[in-house]
Amino acid sequence: MFDLTGKSALVTGASGGIGGEIARTLHAAGATVGLSGTRTEPLEALAAELGERVYVLPCNLSDLPAVDALPKEAVAAMGAVDILVNNAGITRDNLFMRMSDDEWQSVIDVNLTATFKLCKGVLRGMMKARWGRIVNISSVVGATGNPGQGNYAASKAGMIGMSKSLAYEVASRGITVNAVAPGFITTAMTDKLTEDQKSAILAQVPTGRMGTPEEISAAVLYLSSQEAAYVTGTTLHVNGGMAML
Amino acid sequence: MSDVAARVKKIVVEHLSVEESKVTDNASFIDDLGADSLDTVELVMAFEEEFGIEIPDDAAENIQTFGDAVKFISEAS
Repeated sequence: MFDLTGKSALVTGASGGIGGEIARTLHAAGATVGLSGTRTEPLEALAAELGERVYVLPCNLSDLPAVDALPKEAVAAMGAVDILVNNAGITRDNLFMRMSDDEWQSVIDVNLTATFKLCKGVLRGMMKARWGRIVNISSVVGATGNPGQGNYAASKAGMIGMSKSLAYEVASRGITVNAVAPGFITTAMTDKLTEDQKSAILAQVPTGRMGTPEEISAAVLYLSSQEAAYVTGTTLHVNGGMAML
Repeated sequence: MSDVAARVKKIVVEHLSVEESKVTDNASFIDDLGADSLDTVELVMAFEEEFGIEIPDDAAENIQTFGDAVKFISEAS
């Protein structure tokens, strides 16, 4: 089950904790993977770890012309993009009343506009192949909101509405578009939280612990698989019961 | 019929699974040949590949009939 042999997957934000694990999981299922991210060093390290069937495709998603070029580079390297995982994202938190236009726009550009452009860039090949999987990594806060994250929550909710609209349009061509919405996941980002902050968060999580990157990548693997062909336009919440949506 | 018209017709017939006789100059892809809007996007993609040209989005919007397609491609290629 969940065999991706012969498929090529492009994963953005593969230099991060969740993105790296998504790349590992898809690779372990047999896929060829294209690792994209801003920092080349961790991408190279992951590529060395994975060995074969792996390509490093650095891209700064705030550079929109570079975003346009990424799908073409991925096709040149891997021959196709059958699976696209839009995982890269940034935060620039601030109270709404203090949030600058730049803080708003930079988060929307990277999280939402780059996702739009990458989806658009891979669709042509997927339409011709009559097969494709797009998995957009949203967030629980896209559904619940979060103080200090008006920009981030808007971008993550936007990804969900965009995914559903696109899912309608391309379903007849064998392409599915879904979102995965992680809750609190153990990464380098959450390691920086203080114990007090962590226990305050965990009080809201029925399972009483943070999730792991592996628990996100398993959801991505499922939605990328042939077996999930009848699942489209959905959001798979992986949040330990923190928000039961 | 010109070479361009014959090649365009072949693509339309294959993609939309319609009879060749229905593909006349004034035949609208959507109204007469049963295409949906996504089919028209795919037709334009197929024309681009067949003729090695790029059809910009604003031009693609104006290609609504078989005749429109032949005219645009003849001028572009």
